[in-house]
Amino acid sequence: MSGTPLLSLAIWVPILAGLVVLATGSDRNAPLARALSLIGAVAGLLVTIPLYTGFDLHTPAMQFVELRPWIPRFNVNYHLGVDGISMLFVILNSFITVTVVLAGWQVIDSKVAQYHAGFLIMSGLLNGIFSALDGVLFYVFFEASLIPLYLIIGIWGGPNRVYAAFKFFLFTLFGSLLFLIALLYLFISSGGSFSILDWHRMPIGMTAQTWLFLAFLVAFAVKVPMWPVHTWLPDAHVEAPTGGSIVLAAIALKLGAYGFLRFSLPIAPDASHELAGLVIALSLIAIIYIGFVALVQEDMKKLVAYSSIAHMGFVTLGFFIFSPLGVEGALVQMISHGFVSGAMFFSIGVMYDRAHSRLIADYGGVVNTMPKFAAFFMLFAMANAGLPATSGFVGEFMVILAAVEHNFWVAFAAASTMIVGAAYTLWMYKRVVFGSVANHHVAELSDINGREFLVFVLFAIGALGMGLYPQPFTEVMHSSVDELLRHVALSKIQ
Amino acid sequence: MLLMACLILVGDLLAKDQKRTLTFVATQLTLIGTAVITFASSSGDTAYTFSNMYVGDLMADLLKLLLYLTVIVILFYSRGYILERPQMARGEYYSLALFATLGMMVMISASHLVTVYIGLELLSLSLYAMVAMNRDSVPATEAAMKYFVLGALASGLLLYGMSMIYGATGTLEIQAIAERLYLGQFDKGILVFGLVFLVAGLAFKLGVVPFHMWIPDVYHGAPTAVTLFIATAPKLAAFAMVMRLLVNGLIVVSHDWQQMLIILSVLSMAIGNIAAIAQTNLKRMLAYSAISHMGFMLLGIVTGVVGGDARFALNAYSSAMFYVITYVLTSAGTFGMILLLARGGLESDELDDFKGLNKRSPWFAGVMMMMMFSMAGIPFFVGFFAKFSVLQAVVAAGYLWLAIVAVAFSLVGCFYYLRVVKIMYFDQPANMSPIEAPLDMKILMSANGLAVALLGIFPQVLMSLCAFSLLRSL
Repeated sequence: MSGTPLLSLAIWVPILAGLVVLATGSDRNAPLARALSLIGAVAGLLVTIPLYTGFDLHTPAMQFVELRPWIPRFNVNYHLGVDGISMLFVILNSFITVTVVLAGWQVIDSKVAQYHAGFLIMSGLLNGIFSALDGVLFYVFFEASLIPLYLIIGIWGGPNRVYAAFKFFLFTLFGSLLFLIALLYLFISSGGSFSILDWHRMPIGMTAQTWLFLAFLVAFAVKVPMWPVHTWLPDAHVEAPTGGSIVLAAIALKLGAYGFLRFSLPIAPDASHELAGLVIALSLIAIIYIGFVALVQEDMKKLVAYSSIAHMGFVTLGFFIFSPLGVEGALVQMISHGFVSGAMFFSIGVMYDRAHSRLIADYGGVVNTMPKFAAFFMLFAMANAGLPATSGFVGEFMVILAAVEHNFWVAFAAASTMIVGAAYTLWMYKRVVFGSVANHHVAELSDINGREFLVFVLFAIGALGMGLYPQPFTEVMHSSVDELLRHVALSKIQ
Repeated sequence: MLLMACLILVGDLLAKDQKRTLTFVATQLTLIGTAVITFASSSGDTAYTFSNMYVGDLMADLLKLLLYLTVIVILFYSRGYILERPQMARGEYYSLALFATLGMMVMISASHLVTVYIGLELLSLSLYAMVAMNRDSVPATEAAMKYFVLGALASGLLLYGMSMIYGATGTLEIQAIAERLYLGQFDKGILVFGLVFLVAGLAFKLGVVPFHMWIPDVYHGAPTAVTLFIATAPKLAAFAMVMRLLVNGLIVVSHDWQQMLIILSVLSMAIGNIAAIAQTNLKRMLAYSAISHMGFMLLGIVTGVVGGDARFALNAYSSAMFYVITYVLTSAGTFGMILLLARGGLESDELDDFKGLNKRSPWFAGVMMMMMFSMAGIPFFVGFFAKFSVLQAVVAAGYLWLAIVAVAFSLVGCFYYLRVVKIMYFDQPANMSPIEAPLDMKILMSANGLAVALLGIFPQVLMSLCAFSLLRSL
């Protein structure tokens, strides 16, 4: 392993690039701002690649660790590191940032520098969340990442953007404030350590574990989002600009799920087993009920937003089955959902940029005017529905397989919704793309240009590559997931 | 040192004439000179002087240095505002500010109940006059009246409480009171009776519920330059006063006053944060926010001693001190921003005046945004670490429920800070006039904003400074 602080670079390269972009100032320099942000995003992606190539598959320990004192008064450290669980998300996030910069290239024409800077800074903060091994550092990144997204939704969003931005911010903050108390409690009861790894090893009584678990659950359930605290997500998605929706769906939702793996399961394993039924029930409600809700949506973005909630239900379900297959399936599902939902939101954005509507009823027969687009959209719709050979299939299949081992009826309930999932996605696709040209707006649509084509190809490589050959993704997870489950199986009550 | 400050002050008063610039420069030089003296004479040891009425210790030195810094910054911010308002007697602002500063210095270093009172009155009388300085303004005069009447009442309460304590212990020296309490030579009934009055008086000066009535009116009615003064520097002195009276003097009966302060603190956070939501005037909103912040700061004071165990005292009090200092820093920036936008003799203290600020000046909108997020306690800004350190003290003391109440009300508070950000960034500007302000003010404002961000990323220095100074002083 080299001595370069790769994780620090992954965090600070995008943030510094964002500040540089911000400094280009007014919209007269917009081309410069765009070019700089693309350079920044690509540089951010490049520095994360050695994380994969230099990754040691055979150890569950944290890798690329950096440890420096930050606030010695409270024993807070600048402690970074990734394992097989978090490493892929750092890369995914940096990858998504590139697509977001490309997606907003021409579409955003006011306050260009601020827009791109917001995404770059957020990318760095999100990388910080995935690689933080110190409770305070994690929390600081976790909350700070709200600010850019709040501004992005509020400034470049749709007509109801203010409501959506507030709802998003306050919902998430509500969850994370209880999380902060939990962190402080752990700090005090561990005798003054904020290290997440110390907390993993620390024995905790059952009552305390239950409370901690519930505090974590509130924080992460809001972020995932799980039913019934999911209501902010459709609003935020509908109002956010395309780039905001992509980041929100592809990365921000993963934070909650990641939090379960990093905090809830290893810190409160007994409570996790005890309350697994609750989480599984909530996940099933999300999968089934939200699936049906998605079926009746008239707004495409809302439909994909609800389908995201349903897909994330598979993720939380997979975690709380406590089998390697379930957890790995959930992780695959998370990454796959990153590609697929990002691409879905981008597709809707492409149509919205041309016809300025997200309503399914306003379209019809798009295939006639945008054949290339229709082909890509088809691919991602199929992936969203979980068709074999796409990435969407792999994760869901693994989770369902694990669920069968756990409890047949849980698996049955989850599997039955694959039909609903296929129904709402394909029905939407049919109404939008097929048929004869519905109105003159559709007739005037122009097919995708080179930039959009490039973004689609990037997403397609991710979605198809993972569907056809998931091995490179799953092999890095094995040892970390096994270790995690071994750890969770041990009681911490003494 | 006190003598020197007095002499310079009187000299400054005599030299006062129509040349405002001269007064301004003289005032600033006075402050810098005093700062140098304080710094040079700071030995780190606790020393008593003036027959034990006055104490110099590290906490006092640190607070005083920050006090001078705050006043210097305030005067820079206020200068343009004063210059544009001929009706405000210009030179007097500076000399009153200096008198108030002197009062605060006395408060910070008082080791005798009478000294505390003298310092407090010197501060309060200067502030009453400052609030009323805009003679033609009806709201300002009304605010001054309200402030004066209620302030006098509070002083009366405080004095009454002090006399009771004298009655109970037979001494006015804070150190001696502590010793007699420790030895058990006191009359518990009278002492607690006096304590109630003392706490009520302190609560009034801090502006915590239910003794907060004057804060919104005075913040709103006073000229913004004066509001800036009231909202910042006196908080440092009030913190020192609480430390001197309650912690240095009455730590033995901490159980009694902690109970009272917990109630005051929870009420302040509740009423302050909820009432702030309904405000349309930024100054009034910040007044309610000040109430809630003082409530939050008190959390650090009440968690010092748990069940007679003072293990956490240093941790708790230094977190409260850190909280006050960061609040003063942020508050100075926020009111400074109102002054920055108030040009051409017009006020700009309505929330709507900030509409679309991002379009008019992205940089200052960014600075204001940092202030707001810092006040809301969102990282990476210093306000987060202030809340963090206080909450950590609360949890360490075992008051989990109190911590949950505190974060719940911070969430409520977040709403109105976010609204300011929303107004600046999401709304269209009403007028596109660029911001015209003196260069020195712009630079200072930017520095203030950067300080909020940098201290948020590297809070260690200030935190340890607080802890160290208290360690040497307590």
